[in-house]
Parts: sequence; structure tokens; C-alpha cells
Amino acid sequence: MSSSLDDLYQEIILDHYRKPRHRAAELEPHDVHVHHANPLCGDELDLRLQVDSTGSSAPRVGAVVYDGDGCSISMASASAMTEAVTGRELADADDLGEAFRLMMHGEGLKREDDLLDGVAFQGVAKFPVRVKCALLGWMALKDAIGTYRDGNQEHRVTHE
Amino acid sequence: MTAMLDALDVETVRKDFPILERRVHGRPLVYLDSAATSQKPQAVLDAMDRYYEQSNANVHRGVHALAEEATEAYESARGKVARFVGADPRGVVFTKNATEAFNVLAYSLAANRLGDGDILLSTQMEHHANLVPWQLVQPRAGFEIRYVPVMASGPDAGTLDLAAFDEIVATGRVKLLTVTAMSNVVGTINPVADLAARVRAANAEAVVVVDGAQSVPHMPTDMLALEADFLCFSAHKMLGPTGIGVLAGKPELLDDMPPFLGGGEMIANVTLEGTTFNEVPYKFEAGTPPIAEAVGLGAAVDYLSALGMESVRAHEVALLEHVLPALNAVEGVTVHGPTDPSRRGAAVSFGVGGLHPHDIGTIMDREGVAVRAGHHCAKPLVRVLGSAATTRASFYVYNTLDEVQALIDAIETTKRFFAR
Ligand SMILES: Cc1ncc(COP(=O)(O)O)c(C=O)c1O
Repeated sequence: MSSSLDDLYQEIILDHYRKPRHRAAELEPHDVHVHHANPLCGDELDLRLQVDSTGSSAPRVGAVVYDGDGCSISMASASAMTEAVTGRELADADDLGEAFRLMMHGEGLKREDDLLDGVAFQGVAKFPVRVKCALLGWMALKDAIGTYRDGNQEHRVTHE
Repeated sequence: MTAMLDALDVETVRKDFPILERRVHGRPLVYLDSAATSQKPQAVLDAMDRYYEQSNANVHRGVHALAEEATEAYESARGKVARFVGADPRGVVFTKNATEAFNVLAYSLAANRLGDGDILLSTQMEHHANLVPWQLVQPRAGFEIRYVPVMASGPDAGTLDLAAFDEIVATGRVKLLTVTAMSNVVGTINPVADLAARVRAANAEAVVVVDGAQSVPHMPTDMLALEADFLCFSAHKMLGPTGIGVLAGKPELLDDMPPFLGGGEMIANVTLEGTTFNEVPYKFEAGTPPIAEAVGLGAAVDYLSALGMESVRAHEVALLEHVLPALNAVEGVTVHGPTDPSRRGAAVSFGVGGLHPHDIGTIMDREGVAVRAGHHCAKPLVRVLGSAATTRASFYVYNTLDEVQALIDAIETTKRFFAR
């Protein structure tokens, strides 16, 4: 497979890296805080999720913020993720995360329109060592939703 | 570049390394990751091929011609290694790598020799290979592990805090000192002989273990001068093959240690009731050893000896005299570790303001420049440097001044890429 740096570092990705969306160290109030670390590259990511469970419909992502220390791919992907999932029902956000994961593993492109800027990370799939970076924010979201469902507020995960 | 490196004839050296001819992403390979593993000269590859083509047999137990040749090749490699580091050949144990050598020492030495009240003194600068094995045996053996801190700032940044060292040693309870002779992250050369003497002065029973994984490949080594009881290193970082490492130790200390692994080769007699063990070093070489790898290591030692380890070191100091100022001149770059080339080896970790090592490594790779990004298996040290990861360029006998320039150019390219 041929791959160029421009596949990896698309303009959209660099834009999220330079001008992150929803990057913050705090979110008041929040329901869940998860911390994810990728020890191999030293990436660290904190994600805070506020669940909107008012009204009669299913609970939704009310707000989500991330903060961390990591490479451009991991931070930009988390930024794009926050835009794609805000306002979605939790189950729907989970499903979107699965679509992103499949895309990163080269297993097809689903919900292209819903992923918004997340689609730009397709090219990262050609750089196997960087796929983990792009998945970090989405894995944290999935974990935050699971943690919320389990009735917990905090979770720390170290990826091997 | 007008400056010259004259300690080694690098162009001739480079011709001995076939891999240096290859291209990466359409660019000539600039290999700056020798601290992780070195490339191999043709002489090492040929020696291993020749062994398999001409002499392959198991060692120490055949009466036929090939078995004798294989045994002779294997034992002659042991002799070469012993001479190379100033060890007694009876005390040269072949292991799988440096990591296994540390494990032998943790389980067979520390677990028996140290107990309640004793201190095993290590440092914050160590590779995980020289941290984890001791931690694994510590709960059962009951000794205490203390770590000499690394100076985080000031003129001695990246070196051991010797005042803290003295304070721990003054307890008189340090029974084992384990320290790297050269850091794989910041290059620092530690005053091993001096540290060993201070530990022994406070406790005559103390033993000294030296991690030579980075120093043995890059500078002259003499166990006696280092005042080391044990020295651990890996062949693959010194132009040799993977799959073989060395535990060099004082034979009388090895004699007192129980075996680490059991099996064939390491026994004198076996009955179903029990076993008596072979003498050292065979007691620690259970099973069929890495024979071809030993032959390759012997050839690597020959190659390095022909270059001369003084010249190898002089070449790297000369490279450092260029690379350190060149890196410091790049805006936003911070170089970790000693600034004086005479106090450090050629593993150079640095940060580029605001850029993540992973991004730097990826962009450099596209320029053909192979560097390492991450914690370099020395997380406690990298934490002292104030980050989770660094970018590391490490140099060896085949690196040139043009490659120093290629590194600097690649950093500039990376900076431009993220600034656009
Ligand atoms: C200082 C130091 N010690 C120990 C090791 C472990 O070597 P190996 O992985 O070959 O066992 C290394 C290699 O990464 C090292 O740089």
C-alpha cells in the first residue's frame, strides 16, 4: 500500500491539532471522568462526559471534553470525536465509535456523514503504528459510556 | 561540511554494512537508532553463515569432527569476549540478552545473598532490564531497594545525585550496587569505579553489578578498572546478532550461586534423586546454547577490536562535538543530558518545543532518518526529564557528519510541517 505523509497528516487533522475543539481540563458538572494512557508512546488522555438524561428520551451525550498529552494524531482525533458525538444518544455514540474503529482497521466505511471530520483519519490506517493513536479518544468515550452505565464516575485504563 | 572525522575511516567502515545501502521511502537510510540495536557488518553475517555451512553441530557432547569444530568455535568466542572486557573466561556466561543476565543475578545472586536489613542500591537512570528483575525477587528476599536520584536541572542535569548516593551508602547497609555505565537515554557516563569503591569502603561484602549494554559497544571496557563484580551486555548492540547476551562475573562469585535454569549442559551428574551441577560458566548455560550467535558475537568483537575501541569512542566524541551544538542551535530544541562530550555517549535524547516525539519520528522516517520516539524502556528517567517521551538519535561507528546534517534538516522539516 502506498502511503504519503499527506494521508497521515491531512489538513483537517492538522487543523484539529492546532485549533482543538472541546479541549478542556474541566467540565462542570460531569457524570464520568476517564483517564486513558498508551504507555508505549506515552500518550495520556482525560475525558469528561456529561450525560443529558432529562426528559423521556434515551440519555444523550450532553457535553464531552478531553485534555491530554499526546501526539497530533491522538489529540486531533479526540477533538474530531467530540464534535461527532455531542448531542447523540449514548447507544448511537457507541455505534459511531464502532464505525470509526472499523474504518481504522480498514474494514469498511460506515456512517461517513456522521463521523464528520473523523473521516479524515482514514489515511492513518495506512500507518499501522499510528492507528492506536487515532483510536485513543474514541476508546476513552466508549469506556466513559460503559462506566456511566455501570453507575460509576471514574475509570483509569492503560492500553497495552 | 568541511569538518572531518579522522578517528575512523567511516567511508570504509560503511562499506562493511550492507544494510546501509538501502533506501527508505526513496531516501538513503540514515540509521540513528543504534542504541536500540546496531547494524551488522558483513564479517559477522559471513561468520555465522560459514558456521552453519561448514561446522554446524551441537557443542560439548559429540565425538565427531563437526562437534569438535562447533565446540571450538563456541569456546573461542567466549575467549574473545573475555579478553574484550577484561574478564576471566570461566566467568563469561552466554545468556539470551542483557535482560536475561540481570534475571540470573536477581534470582541466583540477590535472592540468596541479600535479606532483611540489606539495601540493593539502583538508580533512577536504569533501563527496565536493570529495574524489573530486582523488583520481582524483592518481596520474597526481603531486602530494600533504594534508587539514586538523577539531577533534573542545573549544570549536572542528567547525572546521578552523588550527595544522595553517599547518604545511602553511609548507612553501611548497601549489599549490592547495580548501575549502568552509560545511559541509553541521555548518554551519561557514570563514574562506576568510584561508586563501586565508595560502596565497598562502607561495606566490604557489597557486590557491584554494572549494566554495560550501552558502554561495552561504545568505549573500551575493563572489568577490573570498573571495579565490577558482574557486567551484563547484549551482542546485538555491538554489531553482533540478536539472541545472545553476556553475563561476565567473578568465577568465585558465580561458583557460590545456585543455577538459574535447569536442564542439559549445566549438570555434572543426574539421578532421579538429584543432580550435581557442572562448573561455571556451564552451570548457567542450560540446554543447547546460541552457538551460531556466539560465533557472530566473536566476529563482532574481532571487528570492533580491529577498529580499536579507543577509536570507536573518539569517533563518537567527534560526532557529539558536532551534533550537540547543531541541535542546540535549532530553535525550540532542548537536548537532555550532559553537554560535555567527554562525559557522555552518543545516545542523544531531545525535545522539540510543542511537538510530540511520535510525530517527529514519523516525519523523520519519511526523510529516511531512523530515530526512536518514546520512553526508551527507562520510564523513571524519562519522567525526571519532565515528559512522557523523548526523541532519541543514537550514533555508532558508521555514522557520518552528513548524517548529523540530515538529522538537523529533518528536524527543520518537521517543524515546518507542523507550522504550515
Ligand atoms: C542500558 C540498557 N540496559 C539493558 C538493555 C537491555 O538489553 P536487551 O533488550 O538486549 O536485553 C538495554 C537495551 O535496550 C539498554 O540500553
